[in-house]
Amino acid sequence: MLELSDTTIGLCYLVASVLFILSLKGLSSAKTSNAGSLYGIIGMAIAVGATVFSPSVLSYTEILAALVAGGFVGTVIALRIDMTALPQLMAGFHSLVGLAAVFVAAAAFSNPEPFGIGSIGNIHTGSLVEMSLGIAIGAVTFTGSIIAFGKLQGFISGKPVTYPLQHPLNALLGAAMVGLIVSFAMTGSETTLVAITAIALLLGILLIIPIGGADMPVIVSMLNSYSGWAAAGIGFTLNNHLLIITGALVGSSGAILSYIMCKGMNRSFINVLLGGFGGDDAAASAGGSSSGEQKPHKAGSAEDAAFILQNAESVIIVPGYGMAVAQAQHALREMTDVLRESGTKVRFAIHPVAGRMPGHMNVLLAEANVPYEDVLELEDINRDFPTTDVAFVIGANDVTNPLAKTDPASPIYGMPILDVENAKTVLFVKRSLSPGYAGVDNEVFYRENTMMLFGDAKKMCEDIIKAVEG
Amino acid sequence: MTDMTPLATQVSQVAETVGHNDFTIGLTVFVLAIFVGYYVVWSVTPALHSPLMAVTNAISSVIIVGALITGGVMGMSLSKIFGLLAVFLAAVNIFGGFVITRRMLSMFNR
Repeated sequence: MLELSDTTIGLCYLVASVLFILSLKGLSSAKTSNAGSLYGIIGMAIAVGATVFSPSVLSYTEILAALVAGGFVGTVIALRIDMTALPQLMAGFHSLVGLAAVFVAAAAFSNPEPFGIGSIGNIHTGSLVEMSLGIAIGAVTFTGSIIAFGKLQGFISGKPVTYPLQHPLNALLGAAMVGLIVSFAMTGSETTLVAITAIALLLGILLIIPIGGADMPVIVSMLNSYSGWAAAGIGFTLNNHLLIITGALVGSSGAILSYIMCKGMNRSFINVLLGGFGGDDAAASAGGSSSGEQKPHKAGSAEDAAFILQNAESVIIVPGYGMAVAQAQHALREMTDVLRESGTKVRFAIHPVAGRMPGHMNVLLAEANVPYEDVLELEDINRDFPTTDVAFVIGANDVTNPLAKTDPASPIYGMPILDVENAKTVLFVKRSLSPGYAGVDNEVFYRENTMMLFGDAKKMCEDIIKAVEG
Repeated sequence: MTDMTPLATQVSQVAETVGHNDFTIGLTVFVLAIFVGYYVVWSVTPALHSPLMAVTNAISSVIIVGALITGGVMGMSLSKIFGLLAVFLAAVNIFGGFVITRRMLSMFNR
């Protein structure tokens, strides 16, 4: 069998690292993105190939079987998954990285020699610290991602689950973990490592369970970041620079995405992590949103909407997660096609937290064949609302609420919002007048220039198409 | 490591006596890579943030490198089983992550 020297393998790892950087760089525009993903695939092939042909790897059958089996499972899942379920798929994948990191660290602990970090029962202190950190981050990523997966998939209530002494308990577990890591660094005891793993697994569950469903964009990004830090931790343990570089890239990428998502909701990262947002507390503190009293509003039918849309020269569509839940993206795109045929200018406005993960709405619209150029980000389209005839809001709510600009007492105050109320007419597709996730009433519903279109998002689009085609 | 050359043995001994040389080099690489990641990721267009997450998910599974080494030893041992499990999990991620990325990008590029 071909055997590569240490230098050759090191150089292969360097090439792979550079290809990974180019791969991320390629995503700076849609044109270069395909090449970017190819760089990533080639980099991974080089890294795996160089390792398989290293002198440390002597037995090929089992690793080949594991590779093929894993590759098959991964490919089948990725080909079959529905794009609406993308966030839970990502959460699921992150959990696998976390668990793999735990296994690699455990393997290095029970057989350290191939990595040159000591011998069984006599591993270098530094490596012990790195190993315990890698295993802890990996374990938190694993269970945390499983909880996030459950919440996104609906296995676990999307509502924030709060319990007494939540924060003191987490702090206590965190402190216990630090103590155990110190003890593990001094003794290298197997029992201590198992205890660290167990506490980290528990912490992953407890940290994510109190966080509400609509905060999941932040959480999915954060777990993406954690999976990177776990890889870097393993890289330190094994003295492998490829893992360290890749872990740092992934870790900073996830951190930036979490930051962008937090800004999109004007929430601090800490505030999201403490959890409980969007539960009963938020609804109660929102005050005026008491049910029962009905403020005056205009409601219209699909025919009314079709009439207004046909007479409009420009339309901006504001889709939200509700549209994805109703699976209305294809019907919505057909509706825009019909409008375009009669010469109307139709564009889409995407709020940063429109979906359940960063960029989710863009993917859903791209899947429904909405042209890439017609989909604009908040900062690029917000100033166009005053010169637009119709703002068509479908499945979104909080991201259009002007209270975010005017009411400092509101839980969504300071959140960047799409100024739909500035359009000549607002068509608001919604099931009822109920407040959104943040538990705040939306004053756009009661405006002079707003027409509420009550009903299912998909059915409403189909009815509008029928009415337009007459 | 029975087949270490005398020089390699010497080098590893020196590294041990000086202290955690490997650690400081690793940390240097780590910090510089965070800076690279920071600037590269800010240049990613927001429309492609989902593919970005899928790609980073796939490449973070490069920990398969460590798993292959423990999974590829002769005979059967606990560490080998751990290694093989990790190879399987990481392979699910690598293939799954890249396939879903290609699927998403094909939607943006048609």
